[in-house]
Amino acid sequence: MTFLGMPSVASTSGHVRASRPFPDAAADALGDAQLRANLGRATATIRAKRGAVVAELPDWQELRAAGAAIKDDVLAHLDTYLEQFEQQVTARGGTVHWARDGDEANRIVLSLVRATGASEVVKVKSMATQEIGLNEALDAAGISAVETDLAELIVQLGHDTPSHILVPAIHRNRSEIREIFLREMGEVDPALTDEPRALAEAARRHLRRKFLSARVAISGANFGIASTGTLGVVESEGNGRMCLTLPRTLITVMGIEKLLPTWQDLEVFLQLLPRSSTGERMNPYTSMWTGATEGQDFHVVLLDNGRTATLSDPHGRSALRCIRCSACLNVCPVYERTGGHAYGSVYPGPIGAVLSPQLTGVADNASLPFASSLCGACYDVCPVAIDIPTMLVHLRASVAATKPALSPEHVAMGALARTMASPSRWTRALRFARFGRPLARHRALMRLLPPPLSGWVAARDLPTPPAQSLRDWWAETDGGRR
Amino acid sequence: MTSARDEVLGRIRAALADRPAPPPVVRSYRTAGTAAPSIELLVDRLVDYKATVHTSGTTADVLAGRSITRVVVPDGFPTEFEPAGIELVREPADIETLDSVSAVLTTCAVAVAETGTIVLDAGPGMGPRALTLVPDYHLVVVRRSQVVVGVPDAIAALEPTRPLTWISGPSATSDIELDRVEGVHGPRTLDVLIVD
Repeated sequence: MTFLGMPSVASTSGHVRASRPFPDAAADALGDAQLRANLGRATATIRAKRGAVVAELPDWQELRAAGAAIKDDVLAHLDTYLEQFEQQVTARGGTVHWARDGDEANRIVLSLVRATGASEVVKVKSMATQEIGLNEALDAAGISAVETDLAELIVQLGHDTPSHILVPAIHRNRSEIREIFLREMGEVDPALTDEPRALAEAARRHLRRKFLSARVAISGANFGIASTGTLGVVESEGNGRMCLTLPRTLITVMGIEKLLPTWQDLEVFLQLLPRSSTGERMNPYTSMWTGATEGQDFHVVLLDNGRTATLSDPHGRSALRCIRCSACLNVCPVYERTGGHAYGSVYPGPIGAVLSPQLTGVADNASLPFASSLCGACYDVCPVAIDIPTMLVHLRASVAATKPALSPEHVAMGALARTMASPSRWTRALRFARFGRPLARHRALMRLLPPPLSGWVAARDLPTPPAQSLRDWWAETDGGRR
Repeated sequence: MTSARDEVLGRIRAALADRPAPPPVVRSYRTAGTAAPSIELLVDRLVDYKATVHTSGTTADVLAGRSITRVVVPDGFPTEFEPAGIELVREPADIETLDSVSAVLTTCAVAVAETGTIVLDAGPGMGPRALTLVPDYHLVVVRRSQVVVGVPDAIAALEPTRPLTWISGPSATSDIELDRVEGVHGPRTLDVLIVD
């Protein structure tokens, strides 16, 4: 039974539910040498850039602490700030819509586009609209949505899916991108080279007419200021400015957690975000607007889609601090090797491993909390100090709690817990373990064990038990003195 | 039937049933007004992001150096900085005009030294946002008194409800192998003239 006000999970349409378990998808990705080479090069580049510009600021840790505290304040008073934001946007001529889930947000946007009579819309790169599958919903209703960010355009023209939050086409190298442009753009000169400059020029030509004639634009938002109703989009290419400025109608889809309380708070996030994200002191363009700016017809759709479910877990809610910078992806040893597609959600990498299962409920993304080595690099670089490793362990416990009490894993772990809780049982167990030594065949690691232990050693190192345990040796020799 | 608004707000209140009380925000980072701005730093940062900076000469000199003969000039642009001998295109300029003239000359609201950022707020001499977006070339006149140290100083100096455009170098992308390339949809050339 559900009733009014029950926090609930994301709609089943959209792109936050993995269709395959992570280990299966990761195994496929690991077999793709080109993908691994592309990812290795790109993540190494961005890590170095981020490191250099973060080191320039003497007050980075103070900014980081303030960023985390501001976001925690937003989350603790989210209802108040949302009402304040709505009032400010409305007072300045904008219209605020609320969406319980992705399906509802898609319906709202579709009806707004239909009311304009437009059959094509231009889009600014937006994670929220990727999350809810807005392009597919518009397409099904006969409206084509043109992605205008270069990487999103590469993904769209390649009939592909994004694999990174900031650089959705990070899995593609320049020659693959050239081939996609030649095949899909139509009017491209076959002499097009794979120089990034030439490819960017081809995208400029392809989109220029669309920008200058578009009547409706759809964007996301990097932040919304509760006290003023101001929205902001941070970008590089100018496609964002084109979409936010030229079309008569602007529709912005924003997750409810994107708010900041005051204008002053932006001074923290406009330092944290660009340096963490693209590794620049400042991104080339940031646009900010409040309500119906310069006579536009302006709508903002506030999206829940599983955010309230995330908010309801005191140990998981800080994932909603996330500002989608993607620094955690770039430092993650798992992401660097598997890429984003293996996670099966538009939110890949460490933040995806904690956010996607919370948006959908852990039962629907049960393998993602395990897609990590818990090394902690993600926490170190996170500009809002989300303790991702601790949250992963918490979510693993939630996944384990969904399994039946008599599952082999529960039984084995229960037995292990009882053994380790008692010194005498533990000592006996260690003595008993040495009878397993013949299975190691004189090697330092146990490679082959009979089922069900074979599953354990397939992916983990299990040292061969010593002939004598430390405890026994100590007791026998008095710590080497006898 | 309950509205989505009421339901989402109700869900939030239910989710916060444990009444979290986060610690107060501590602003121990460098806030506005804690240091004196440096023109040298602004120039260094602008050049690093591939803008061309002039600290002497006139707007006419800069435009002539680019072989520009026609330029869009927004309402309220100070006459003392109008370029002599160059055709000025005044507002209102529709998109087709902006596209064909392909050069624009503006003032700015504030310039941030530490990040090499110039902010426009659609005030006098800056025009509506399309004016500085559609043309392929943008020349900005920055007065020394408009230069601030860092992002907090800029935030303190700006009025949030105006349409704001923060510009750090020419249009760029890092979407292909994270290799930065200047020049995509926004102006591909950004010139900055710093005046007293």
